[in-house]
Amino acid sequence: MTGIEIYKHLPKTNCKKCGFPTCLAFAMKVAQKQADISLCPELSEESKQILEAASRPPIRLVSIGGNKRIEVGNEVVLFRHEKTFYHQPGLVIRIKDTEPLEDVTSLVKEITDYSVERVGLKLSLDGFALANESKEAESFANLVEAANSNTDLPLILMSTEPAIMKLALGKVGQNKPLIYAANRDNWQEMAQLALDYQCPLTIFEPRGLSQLAELTEMVGQKGVEDVVLDPGALGFAESVDTLTQLRRLAIKKNYRELGYPVITFPCDNTASVEEEIVLAAQHIAKYAGIIVLDHFSPSAIYPLLTLRLNIYTDPQKPIQVTSGVYPINNPKKTSPLAVTTDFSLTYFSIAGELQSSGSPSWLLVCDTGGLSVLTAWAAGKFNAAKIAKTIKQFDVANNINHQSIIIPGYVAVIKGELEEELPEWEVMVGPREAMDIGRYLKQNWMAHSIPSPLKGEG
Amino acid sequence: MSVLEIPVEKWTGKIQEVRLGGNGRKSIVVGGESTLPFLHFEGSIPNRPAIAIEIQDTEPTDWSPWLLSTWGDAVKSPVTWAKKAVEYGADIIALRLRSAHPEQGNTGAKEAEKVVSEILSAVDLPLIVLGPDVAEKDNEVLLAVSEVARGQRIGLGNCIDKNYRTIAASCLANGHVVIAKTPNDINLAKQLNILLHELGLPLHNILDDTTTGSLGYGLEYSYSVIERLRLACLTGDEMTSAPIICTVGEESWRQKESKVIEGIPPSWGEHEERAITWEALTATSLLTAGASIVVLRHPKTVELIKKISTR
Repeated sequence: MTGIEIYKHLPKTNCKKCGFPTCLAFAMKVAQKQADISLCPELSEESKQILEAASRPPIRLVSIGGNKRIEVGNEVVLFRHEKTFYHQPGLVIRIKDTEPLEDVTSLVKEITDYSVERVGLKLSLDGFALANESKEAESFANLVEAANSNTDLPLILMSTEPAIMKLALGKVGQNKPLIYAANRDNWQEMAQLALDYQCPLTIFEPRGLSQLAELTEMVGQKGVEDVVLDPGALGFAESVDTLTQLRRLAIKKNYRELGYPVITFPCDNTASVEEEIVLAAQHIAKYAGIIVLDHFSPSAIYPLLTLRLNIYTDPQKPIQVTSGVYPINNPKKTSPLAVTTDFSLTYFSIAGELQSSGSPSWLLVCDTGGLSVLTAWAAGKFNAAKIAKTIKQFDVANNINHQSIIIPGYVAVIKGELEEELPEWEVMVGPREAMDIGRYLKQNWMAHSIPSPLKGEG
Repeated sequence: MSVLEIPVEKWTGKIQEVRLGGNGRKSIVVGGESTLPFLHFEGSIPNRPAIAIEIQDTEPTDWSPWLLSTWGDAVKSPVTWAKKAVEYGADIIALRLRSAHPEQGNTGAKEAEKVVSEILSAVDLPLIVLGPDVAEKDNEVLLAVSEVARGQRIGLGNCIDKNYRTIAASCLANGHVVIAKTPNDINLAKQLNILLHELGLPLHNILDDTTTGSLGYGLEYSYSVIERLRLACLTGDEMTSAPIICTVGEESWRQKESKVIEGIPPSWGEHEERAITWEALTATSLLTAGASIVVLRHPKTVELIKKISTR
């Protein structure tokens, strides 16, 4: 909506209660998304509904959980290069109430504590889907209680029986679990529970998107706003088809009834853990909001968490580190000096390897605008002149008493040019891969006699 | 409620269909899609993605221990290795002429001719031959290979902006497919395709290698470059219509996660499973972005990716 269109719905009294001098000025700010329409206290109920509907995001942001939360939705594009994907999908592990409770307790603790570090970030799983496999109320309540008392991660409660759901919500409803699921038989009762406990609600309808939209609309009319969709998409091509259709309807057609995040179950209809993980990977790239897995195995979860990080990286803003000289393992003046670029992945790879090699060293990081070594070199942003300039810029000579610099093996071709730029220096060609730097230093630096001229004291 | 109409894009372009093999040997066709990957409701997807298994002309010295234990003694002989790759379900054999690298043997045209002839007579799958990725050496060995494989319609790479004329001319003369390699950039990929096309190479003789970034090491760049090329082609830009080949195995198996045994945090999980998952997730993501051929190294990844791409 344009400012003028918004203005037509305002009281036009210029009462200034919104904090802006005139209604028109306020309308312009709302159009630019710099002010919220709710700031106007004099809006008629009708105008309010029209304006709020128009400013709603195409995919609603839905929040699950209490202290720790899964927030999904609010996406604005189909392809990450068009802008970025904002809210990474929640990865949760399903536990059934047919499992022995001791096992559940230890598994919940293990998963809650699990984290893995990558490029300076801590990656972890996001919650649990608790399934009422037994169809009995008591075992489900026990499972829900056992899980809830051992984790602060969000929960998804899975039962199609409203009475059993109510019992579980009575125990953990205050932590805002996601209710799974309303279907065409139970939706009235499930919607009521969602309203009573103020919890988000999943709508399950596998017969088709029209039927799913119908059910979502009926649930919406009851007053439930926080909705997650389960279109029941299972197989490889099939689920990408369905998830693409849902995303297109929301983003391109602004189709309100399906403008919600989607939950998927790669754990169903796959024959092995490997297939489950591969399907989950596809759902990370193509449009899932919550992904439910049956297996917790670090060897599969770590790659999956890494993939989620990759796909949800903002493509217009490479993760950079600040250029400068970084000390690693308390280096001395005699310690080796290596140079790399400011692309975070490059930096963390090489810094991590230097650190774990145990060798004290200096790492000089050049400003390339966040490009990896080869890409930066190809773009003319990591060349001899740039390295020489960076050495001077950060007064590197002050840190060391030698004049040797190790360049990445991938840019061995610039050795000659760099020797021309830095006539006093010795240019050493390091390994191509970060992981070989430890071995390289042991073989080449330990045996390396410090070239003259010596400067300062060690 | 508004009427629900499934949005279907009216794409005007189509990915080139590129055939490898034939003329007495098995052949495979990749490409030909008139929609994005997996979207069967929207357009035609006549050919499933192809899986190439990578072998080398010389025993690898730097491969992950889990690859070496899986392939066993086969890695000592390219012919045995190629036969085993056939058993493991490869659609294509991708032979890397590693020994031609100046620092890894510096072998020349004679050796390349010999190993390629042997493999061509030992297995009947389509073949891709990759040089050592040093432009001058690539020229030397690939020209020899192109002659010896005349008429077999093999894929020859890599052809880069520095050496494209020589390799393209030879492919044209001997009926092969050029693998055009560019560094992760949609415009450079398009430009090399234009240059090749201007030399007289038909577009159905070109595969693009837009440089593969492994999971955790630049995958997102490759993913988006491939997705953008697909979209550019489907919206009518013929110079971006070459099917894309990704060297997934080579990239994912050289990463620390796939290779290093000691000093690994427990949160990384069991070694071999993690390494295979690393390769499988790299492949899945790039296929989902729009790749047509993935070159893999581990037989288990081959099995898994084959399963998902045939559904």
